[in-house]
Amino acid sequence: MASIDISRVSKTYAGGNRAVHSIDITIEDGEFIVLVGPSGCGKSTLLRMVAGLEEITEGEVRIGGRVVNAVEPAERDIAMVFQNYALYPHMTVRQNLEYGLKNRNTPRAEIEQRVAEAARMLEIAPYLDRKPRALSGGQRQRVAMGRAIVRKPAAFLFDEPLSNLDAKLRVSMRGEIRRLQRRLGTTSIYVTHDQLEAMTLADRLVVLNGGRIEQVGSPLEVYHEPASTFVAGFIGSPAMNLMEGELHGNRLAVGSSVLSLGGYAPTSGPVTVGVRAEDLRPAHAGEEALTFRLDYVEELGAHRLVHGHVGDQPLTVTLPLAAVLQDEMRLAADLRRLHFFARETGSRLTAAGAAPVLRQQVMEPA
Amino acid sequence: MQKNRLSDHLVLILGSLFLMVPVVVAFMTSTHTAADIHSNGLSFAWGGNFIETYEKVLTREGGFTGQVTGSRMVMNSFILGIGFAVGKIVLSMLAAYAIVYFRLRFATLAFWVIFTTLLLPLEVRIMPSYQVMSNLGLLNSYTGLIVPLLASATGTFYFRQFFKSVPDELLEAARIDGAGPIKFFIDVLVPLSRTMIAAIFIIMFVYGWNQYLWPMLMTTDERFFTLMRGIKQILQVWIGSQIPDYNEAFAMAVLAMLPPVLIVVLFQSWFIKGLTESDK
Repeated sequence: MASIDISRVSKTYAGGNRAVHSIDITIEDGEFIVLVGPSGCGKSTLLRMVAGLEEITEGEVRIGGRVVNAVEPAERDIAMVFQNYALYPHMTVRQNLEYGLKNRNTPRAEIEQRVAEAARMLEIAPYLDRKPRALSGGQRQRVAMGRAIVRKPAAFLFDEPLSNLDAKLRVSMRGEIRRLQRRLGTTSIYVTHDQLEAMTLADRLVVLNGGRIEQVGSPLEVYHEPASTFVAGFIGSPAMNLMEGELHGNRLAVGSSVLSLGGYAPTSGPVTVGVRAEDLRPAHAGEEALTFRLDYVEELGAHRLVHGHVGDQPLTVTLPLAAVLQDEMRLAADLRRLHFFARETGSRLTAAGAAPVLRQQVMEPA
Repeated sequence: MQKNRLSDHLVLILGSLFLMVPVVVAFMTSTHTAADIHSNGLSFAWGGNFIETYEKVLTREGGFTGQVTGSRMVMNSFILGIGFAVGKIVLSMLAAYAIVYFRLRFATLAFWVIFTTLLLPLEVRIMPSYQVMSNLGLLNSYTGLIVPLLASATGTFYFRQFFKSVPDELLEAARIDGAGPIKFFIDVLVPLSRTMIAAIFIIMFVYGWNQYLWPMLMTTDERFFTLMRGIKQILQVWIGSQIPDYNEAFAMAVLAMLPPVLIVVLFQSWFIKGLTESDK
């Protein structure tokens, strides 16, 4: 168990390509941190710098208070789970689990006890004497996790461990990783490009883009109060609707529709307006609303996703099955749940009245 | 399909006959007596002189010094073939390991330098090599026979290609598991390379076994003679009107063929097993 301190860490590859820009993250003991972002955002590079597989160009990484910049991966007291499992193909499952311990000269009895414990925890005991090739993808991933667990490291590092699994298995393994981490209480850093995985696993999310941090926060904070249009568009499925609009005093114009904001406007002039698909509903008669032209419908069973346009800007809305669909509809938005972003920088604009809404939100889902 | 099948078989049968008949003839002829062969030529039939000929070839002390037997030559050939194959595999694996896994400044250049030596056959450097070995006093020794030929561009090339195909994550996992460069090489890379090692062993053993020019140059002492030289030796003995020992030459050739065939057959099965079983 240990905290991990990443301070002003940068990575510049030979040739001057800067993959990670001066990143600061403090990870508490036992915390589950998910680094999420599109491919090429530097999340894997950052993880590999913590692991010691990649040299740190600038800055410092501390694991349990000890600066590990120049420490070999094996000495950092971490264990890593790889996307392609990276099991030694010529060794049996048991040998795979034992290998790291043997290299540390762990006494035989303890090795056996730890392997047995990990095997029981991950339910891989029946396969201990098989070779990895005789296992399914899910089983291999368990073995890879077992290899991390037996080490009893200060931190687990996960590098997209579920990407090679099929969708159903991914969901169940996701739950298992979370359960295991809770039970062991080991500090974990988890890298993924899948925002759903990130949301469901994380104590705290770190959203990365282009080698910089866009936002750090709990999944609900990030979901309900995205710090930028990038985060808004990345987190959540469907992604948050982002439309160009204009604020005039207290009124918001989107396309030809105008809404009165009643005190929620943070600024005036051109802005990017964000609204989640589920925060829109068909408007009552006489209510101020957006004029929406329907293009097509995706049936999801419990509800449906309706895609269309407001003016010439695309918009997706989640509607209950009971809602009547028409080619042209009027949609009302929960005004407190509109998000405003600066048009040029994409960063969030907060109105005085907007902040309390979130707090309320965070409490609500229980 | 039915028609095709007949012609397919015909082609296969012809092909195997083409390859096998000379061997069969050699074997059958070797079971006749020398005089028989001299008057009747090659033979397809069993001659009944099998045990005598082979016993003589293996145990008779011949040569100028009268000290070298067939089995001695078989042993020498084995030492040469195996020493060759093992030495080449060890050296080329280490070279490829250095080139692929270590951040050496001129690794690529070094690789291409090694690679271009493929273009230079042994014969090109045979005199300088001889000179060096002679100055080192290694003529007439197994060391002198084997060591100068150990550097192998082919082996280095194959192992390099193979190492490059091993996923980086394995190395990374091993590093996190606390395996240093030597441990990683021995515990992970060598077992993974089994199939490659088997393939190269086949090639190199046969190559070493068939060496003719180099052993002839390096050894004057008959104790170091290999089978390949032995065959030559027998046919060279023309004393007066004596008939050359054709039967013995054939027996020797058959004997010389056996070990490479055995090696190929044995390693082939291992090679195929390894290929189908391993997934990196």
